[in-house]
Amino acid sequence: MSTEIRVPTLGESVTEAEVIQWFKQAGDAVAVDEPLVELETDKVTIELPSPAAGVLAEITVETGETVEVDALLGMIGDGDGAVVKAKPAAAKEEVKAEPAPKAEPEPAPAPAPAAASDGGSEALSPAVKKLIDENGLDPSMISGSGKDGRIVKGDVLAVLEAKGAAAPAAAPAAPIAVPAAAKPASAPSVDQGAREERVRMTRLRKTIATRLKEAQNTAAMLTTFNEVDLGAVMAARSQYKELFEKKHGVRLGFMSFFVKACITALKDIPAVNAEIDGDELVYKNFYNIGVAVGTDKGLVVPVLKDAQDLSLAGIEKAINAYGQAARDGNLKIDDLQGGTFTISNGGVYGSLMSTPILNAPQSGILGMHKIQERPMVVNGEIQVRPMMYLALSYDHRIVDGKEAVTFLVRVKECLEDPQRLLLDL
Amino acid sequence: MSDTFDLIVIGAGPGGYECAIRASQLGMSVACVEKRDALGGTCLNVGCIPSKALLHASELFAETDHFEKMGINVGKPKLDLKVMQSFKQQAIDGNTQGIEFLFKKNKIEWVKGTGTLKGAGEVEVALTEGGLRTLKASDIVLATGSDVAQLPGIDVDEKQIVSSTGALELEKVPGKLVVVGGGVIGLELGSVWNRLGSDVTVVEFLPAILPGMDGEVAKTFQRILKKQKFSLKLGSKVTGVEKSGKGLKVSIEPAKGGDTEVLDADVVLVCIGRVAYTEGLGLDKAGVEVDERGRIKVDAHLKTNVDGVHAIGDAITGPMLAHKAMEEGVVLAERLAGQMPHMNYDVIPGVVYTQPEVASVGRTEEELKEAGIEYRAGKFPFTANGRAKANQQTDGFVKILADKKTDKVLGVHIIGTQAGEMIHEAVTVMEFGGAAEDIARTCHAHPTLSEAVKEAALAVDGRPLHM
Repeated sequence: MSTEIRVPTLGESVTEAEVIQWFKQAGDAVAVDEPLVELETDKVTIELPSPAAGVLAEITVETGETVEVDALLGMIGDGDGAVVKAKPAAAKEEVKAEPAPKAEPEPAPAPAPAAASDGGSEALSPAVKKLIDENGLDPSMISGSGKDGRIVKGDVLAVLEAKGAAAPAAAPAAPIAVPAAAKPASAPSVDQGAREERVRMTRLRKTIATRLKEAQNTAAMLTTFNEVDLGAVMAARSQYKELFEKKHGVRLGFMSFFVKACITALKDIPAVNAEIDGDELVYKNFYNIGVAVGTDKGLVVPVLKDAQDLSLAGIEKAINAYGQAARDGNLKIDDLQGGTFTISNGGVYGSLMSTPILNAPQSGILGMHKIQERPMVVNGEIQVRPMMYLALSYDHRIVDGKEAVTFLVRVKECLEDPQRLLLDL
Repeated sequence: MSDTFDLIVIGAGPGGYECAIRASQLGMSVACVEKRDALGGTCLNVGCIPSKALLHASELFAETDHFEKMGINVGKPKLDLKVMQSFKQQAIDGNTQGIEFLFKKNKIEWVKGTGTLKGAGEVEVALTEGGLRTLKASDIVLATGSDVAQLPGIDVDEKQIVSSTGALELEKVPGKLVVVGGGVIGLELGSVWNRLGSDVTVVEFLPAILPGMDGEVAKTFQRILKKQKFSLKLGSKVTGVEKSGKGLKVSIEPAKGGDTEVLDADVVLVCIGRVAYTEGLGLDKAGVEVDERGRIKVDAHLKTNVDGVHAIGDAITGPMLAHKAMEEGVVLAERLAGQMPHMNYDVIPGVVYTQPEVASVGRTEEELKEAGIEYRAGKFPFTANGRAKANQQTDGFVKILADKKTDKVLGVHIIGTQAGEMIHEAVTVMEFGGAAEDIARTCHAHPTLSEAVKEAALAVDGRPLHM
């Protein structure tokens, strides 16, 4: 009866390890608990003891290979060496080489396809090979949807189609952080035909996905809420909108008020405008406010640099210019970098309340939502007020609860009484 | 002799015995409860195996019709049915004894008797030799299979009115055989007796034989059966069977109702389907849920609603095929051992072992159309295949259905000699998500019937070479 040697749980959030060295060779006798193999993770190096006594019948993963938790490392056989090989748990393993003693059915006259270094595309099917060669594609850049991650003809056809239809990317290839207001149109994972449809992830989407997860996995992220009565802002807008547009050549929107209110609050609560860099907290004395803009390729967040120096008109102009550039695909990398705080408006889509994801490495993001008239109690009476829920997602490692709540209250106060913006209160 | 095991399997048919053997290979102690005096279940004893033996023997008997044109002069062969039946019995014994040997080799204890679930972890066996024995295990697999579906109002006596079981045992070739049910079993057994000299009439409720098969395949096969002198009454139902002297009178009428027609018969074979068999298991008392068709309810992991109780094969939902049960048995054993195998229900082949054979895997054209999936079809007849022509066995064709955009193979249907063997190339390609072009660009030996599969793949692209 044979025993499997599997990679044990290695620790919180540690998912893989590298095989550093085998202490025993195939065929050696081993005792229970005798150290068999050394595994290294980015947190710790461990020696794996033998789960049973017997003979090290098979080494499935060689030195230098990377394995996932629970992957099959090898087999311990009975003392007489008779071993029934268990099949490695297919879906979970990332092992690049197939288990060594795999019967080659006949000595193939043509050399066996070289085990490719990228997992899964060891042998390309004839149709796939033809398409790849004819189109000069790199198989290691195509992710396979076939069995065990193999590239199938459909995968290559999809790549060719995407290439043919590819417009120059609206947003540059540099990592673009996107707050949670973006609805990931998820492609359900597929098997065959009918009930599902496989759509290859674009590079942009992949990058966005990675950044979102990084933000979630790094920050101690949570969200606090408040609500703001936008009556005063709306009154100012309706009173002066024509004059504003006449003088400044740009419409007076809500965003400029929000940016100003946020800057006021950020000045009072510096932690929300700061970031963690290694062991240090970096407080910034300038306010680069990122404003999320929707395009048909996804959400992008251009940054208003030194927004503290911009007037309301200046803010509106800059936002408009960015919006146009985003739609035209003219945003530069520089436009998207350097933000210290982000504002995202899910209200344009109808969202009433949400929990935005931080735009790493920033420590705070304000979520604006739909302005909805609600019955509110004002001076003991019920009135219809134009209300908006505000959300502040923040990194609790650097911003504490009191600061986060106070920040939102300050934003609310500035918006409900815009005179405070004028008086810098 | 212990009464406690890691696993108890109730039923030693294909599903049960494979589950038991795999579990034992993975280190579990296994007991298998089987009340028949031989292992192998329906398949080995009264199903797949005996029918294949008779099909093979009767096929060779009928082949002699073609000997003269090949210059082999033996005259008309004489049938000794008794000897043919003992040939069949040898197939059964060889196979069932083989399973017994495998049980011994894998140290699986065969507990002879009827097993009843006494709740999670406990099975009480009413032993064949008398007495009761209680077995305990942390996991129990119900693999009790299926039984013949009864036609209301018609009593099967296994002598004149027979089920598939009786049809395999007939001691005389019936002059007239009426087969009720035009599915796989009816056509196979009908073929056996047709070749040995019976006049066979098949009565089928639906408008086509082999319900569920690709429509084009069913139509082609119908024509072939008619050439083989089968009489087909489609869209008809049987309203009664009466004794008339030494024979029987079968009343049939159109499925929607209409005039009655009466058929004479010496033997009537009732094979309208099979139903899950769970008698004596005590499912009620044990609280195991069954569905409206009496099948044991299981989740995606083959678990019932009772912890530690699982079920596979004909006793649960899904195609009633031995190999489906076998796959489930193996997958379940591996899961119980902590592994994570998968079972792909979309790529299970089905075979009709007539001559020519019919084999298919994946979707039919009708299913693809209904699902709104755009596809291309590539068809290649055996009349254009060198080997088939050389052997003068040119009935049938290969049809491959591939996704219009990705060329992924979605279904393959074959009528022809050896279709049941040829289909596996398609199953393998589909298991790997391969494209029709992949089949077309794979070297196939010449001259083989399998070249027709390659040509059909080329035909998907509109460019067969031999047509």
